[in-house]
Amino acid sequence: MSIDNDPMAEIRASYFVECEELLEALQDGLQSIEDGADDVETINVVFRAVHSIKGGAGAFGLDALVRFAHRYETVLDEVRSDRLEIGPRTLKVFFQAADHLSDLVRASRDDAPLPEAETGALLAALDEFLGDAKEPEEEIDFQPMGMSLDLGLEDEEAVPAAEVPDLDDLPPPPPMEPSPTAGIWQIHFAPTAELFETGNEAAILLRNLGELGKMQVTCNLAGLPPLAQLQPEIPHLSWDITLETEAHGREIASIFEFVEGQCLLEIIAWEGTDNGGDVSRAPAESKPAPEVPPSLARAEKPAEAAQPVEEATASAPAAVSGDKGGTARANKQATAAAKSVVRVDLDRIERLVNLVGELVINQAMLSQSLERSGLSSHSDAMNELEEFQRLTRDIQDSVMMIRAQPVKSLFQRMARIVREASSAVGKDVRLQTSGEATEVDKTVIERLADPLTHMIRNAVDHGLESLEDRLVAGKPEQGRITLTAAHRSGRVVIEVSDDGAGINRPKVRQIAVDKGLIPADANLSDSEIDNLLFLPGFSTVSVVSDLSGRGVGMDVVRTAIQALGGRISITSTPGKGTLFSISLPLTLAVLDGMVIEVAGETLVLPLNLVVETLTLDDREVEMVRPGSHVIEVRSGFVPLFDLGAALGYRPPLEKFDNTVVLLIAHEDGSQTGLAIDNILDQRQVVIKGLDDSFYRAPGIAAATILGDGQIALILDPSDIIQSAVRATPRTVTKDEIGVPA
Amino acid sequence: MSLKILAVDDSRTMRDMIRMALLPAGFTVHTADDGVHGIEVLEGIAPDAIITDINMPRMDGFGFIDAVRAQNQHRATPILVLTTEAAPELKQRARSAGATGWIVKPFDPEKLVKALTMVAG
Repeated sequence: MSIDNDPMAEIRASYFVECEELLEALQDGLQSIEDGADDVETINVVFRAVHSIKGGAGAFGLDALVRFAHRYETVLDEVRSDRLEIGPRTLKVFFQAADHLSDLVRASRDDAPLPEAETGALLAALDEFLGDAKEPEEEIDFQPMGMSLDLGLEDEEAVPAAEVPDLDDLPPPPPMEPSPTAGIWQIHFAPTAELFETGNEAAILLRNLGELGKMQVTCNLAGLPPLAQLQPEIPHLSWDITLETEAHGREIASIFEFVEGQCLLEIIAWEGTDNGGDVSRAPAESKPAPEVPPSLARAEKPAEAAQPVEEATASAPAAVSGDKGGTARANKQATAAAKSVVRVDLDRIERLVNLVGELVINQAMLSQSLERSGLSSHSDAMNELEEFQRLTRDIQDSVMMIRAQPVKSLFQRMARIVREASSAVGKDVRLQTSGEATEVDKTVIERLADPLTHMIRNAVDHGLESLEDRLVAGKPEQGRITLTAAHRSGRVVIEVSDDGAGINRPKVRQIAVDKGLIPADANLSDSEIDNLLFLPGFSTVSVVSDLSGRGVGMDVVRTAIQALGGRISITSTPGKGTLFSISLPLTLAVLDGMVIEVAGETLVLPLNLVVETLTLDDREVEMVRPGSHVIEVRSGFVPLFDLGAALGYRPPLEKFDNTVVLLIAHEDGSQTGLAIDNILDQRQVVIKGLDDSFYRAPGIAAATILGDGQIALILDPSDIIQSAVRATPRTVTKDEIGVPA
Repeated sequence: MSLKILAVDDSRTMRDMIRMALLPAGFTVHTADDGVHGIEVLEGIAPDAIITDINMPRMDGFGFIDAVRAQNQHRATPILVLTTEAAPELKQRARSAGATGWIVKPFDPEKLVKALTMVAG
């Protein structure tokens, strides 16, 4: 990729990565302010985040971003310096500004059109907090590239950039003999102690001056006390310099820019010296206008140079001691546990993941051929193979860890969705999150954004009641949506819940009947009714709302989750709220599988779902009704499910004697027995996605290549059982779908 | 001229930019993420000049300059402050904190090199 060769492009890319981190810190900071934090460091973190985004944006000429960040930062600075208090309204605008800032960052990154109207509206909102204190057009002090290194003089802002001579315009190496355009300058320079205290050095200044042309320096020793009384910290020397140069007065003065006010400085042009024509525009320092005789000009300068000295000594120490102490103390509290990070192109990781996948397949093949060769399982080769398998697994885990990311960024996006959605429907909603540090495969995170957004909007729009209804129900005005993530038995479980009214089951049922999704006399359990929400074409709102009802229903959400190898379930309690639970695999690439055989077909099941394996005795099986059996497991009954029949491989089994049964655990803790013919192996399999052009058969999650090169389908047993249950209602459903906790 | 520079900035982008500006000029660049880290890095090196940001976590630029100046061997080490503002009072504040000079962000690489060469001799 060309990115590798262009350092600027690389830094730009890294800038946008950093922006994401800064935006995250910004969100976190605002969040903790909302949660009641009012320490100095929190607001400092927020300020710094915006400030750093601005700093980088300037370097890449992202003017719109600079302008917005600057105004935002200005308002934050008001807060930081206690001139503006944070209230609910300020905070709301700050959140909006943070959201907008991230829009601007992303638009700038992708070279997308900038949301100018919104920028204008938010700038106006921010300006309100500034009152009359600030002049509106102060961004002028943030200069665009090209005028960057400020070696001009103080009032150069007033000078159009193009006319300001910058260092690039310096003449070529100074000629040793006076050229026709060269002028002669008389310079008097007497440093104060402060000049040295700030790390400046008279000798270096003189050397820099000498580089402009031909120079004669006289050191003035008159002020030097006898050695015995000499105080090394107090400067006693001054210099008189005669400089013959083509440089303009401005350029000469620019050498002393950093020490302005820290020395007595006079720069005088000898009569006849051309100031370079820009004297009229140039500020005071390039002083002597040709019409003023040198003797008169000389008198003016010291007065002017002396003035800043007083200013500096009088005002500076106070300002510094007050401010610095405060920030230094506050900063001590900050805990910046910065991790050291390497950025890697995602393509390279993908490649590594694929290679590891191949390695797993290859290792499986090797182990099969070793077995076929009849080696003893105690032979060295087999022992080595075991070690090889262990290593492969470690490599795989490590590679997967590279792709894992905390869900925090996703959750932050959802916080924004809640803010926007709630203000769109006029509800007061608070999002509570937990488990942000839970790590999930990057691709999973990316592909979760849309379904989760939809679910959150649904929760705000439909899940939570209107304000009046909440008050009637005796609930707090503010609705609550909870978003959590956690690792649970080898999967990631993400839950979205609200404290709304719960699902209106009679209404849902009626809609399903009206739309012909279920027969009018269907006998459905509560959870079956809840699950109707996932049916294609179902939408509870008769009027399509602006917010969540764009014709996309929960069926789309479910399809998206299933495409990730995940499942979604719903639990609702009338009057208390609704909980959606998404369960996802940790990785999309590899699976610990149990290889089984059903009706001569080789299939793979996720190993983590298999709780137990049994070999049945006919006496353990009870028939509930024809085609529906339960098995007795430890004095409890578990529905038995004939896999071969469900997949259409063979007619339903009549007798279960000696049938192998896998006990499958479901998300909600219930179990189902799965009747199969044989268990062949347990091994890691590489998940190969099935192309969209294949029909998505229920219960088939993906495919894999086995060690012998054969292709096997990977099953999602919960899905297969559910879909079979849907086909023949009233069998095992109750245990199948969670009962509200 | 090859100078050894310590650049202190909490923004990775800015550190990268500084490095990119100075390496082609033959400078040696050490970087630190904030004032506290800057002081730590300073331990092992004797830079010809230091560049520092102002707004940083843990220890800001003013605190950092203070701490550097408090070390005898660095009383005269040139320190340039990186600032986004060209406002005179900021320059003045940087200077009273002991900064040698200032550079307005965003900076032009050549000018940064020039400024460092000018203060470090």
